Amino acid sequence: MARVLLFGRLADIAGWRERVVPGASLTEVRAALSADADLAEALAGKGVQVAVDKVIVRGEAGLTATSEVAFMPPMSGG
Amino acid sequence: MSVTLQTGPFEPGALLTAFSAGRTETGAVASFTGLARAEQGGTDILELEAYPGLTDAEIARIAREAAERFGLQDWLIVHRIGRIAPGEAIVFVATASAHRREAFEACDYLMDYLKSRAPFWKKSHGPDGARWIEPTDRDRTDVERWETP
Repeated sequence: MARVLLFGRLADIAGWRERVVPGASLTEVRAALSADADLAEALAGKGVQVAVDKVIVRGEAGLTATSEVAFMPPMSGG
Repeated sequence: MSVTLQTGPFEPGALLTAFSAGRTETGAVASFTGLARAEQGGTDILELEAYPGLTDAEIARIAREAAERFGLQDWLIVHRIGRIAPGEAIVFVATASAHRREAFEACDYLMDYLKSRAPFWKKSHGPDGARWIEPTDRDRTDVERWETP
């Protein structure tokens, strides 16, 4: 279980910003999110970064019931 | 040495006055204020999204690197988030050092980073609807200047 946050255009594509999603790993969370094909495609897109508990991670990560997973599209700068 | 992300407006002059006060060993304070542009009527409102806890931590990390690299005595970064109207200040950076070159360069470096790599997502709302803004080629080449050995 993880609290998933979407930023930037990813939230526009999904139609939501924050949602609790089942899964004990990033792979399982991605699988749960893939019910929305447009979102799954966007999440797999170039330059999308993932943070777990506000730390950017690459590859797989284990999650706990209180994990916060953020999907971040390429950053715009300020 | 602090990063502030805030939804309300700020007054750059007041920030600079406060930052400059009480310094007897600082020879140079450089500052930069960025304003939101109207883009000839193309932008009514800029909307800036951040990830509090990650965005500020990442900016602080870069600022500490800059302080080390340029030998800064102090620095301050204030960035607006949320909805910003054209003409309003969107970002303020101030740097303090013993001599001017370090303060100028660190301020320039921090702005190049903030414009291209800081974790913000920026949307422009205008008469033709809303669109997401990506860093320009110029933003990318500006930040790369600092990476050449």
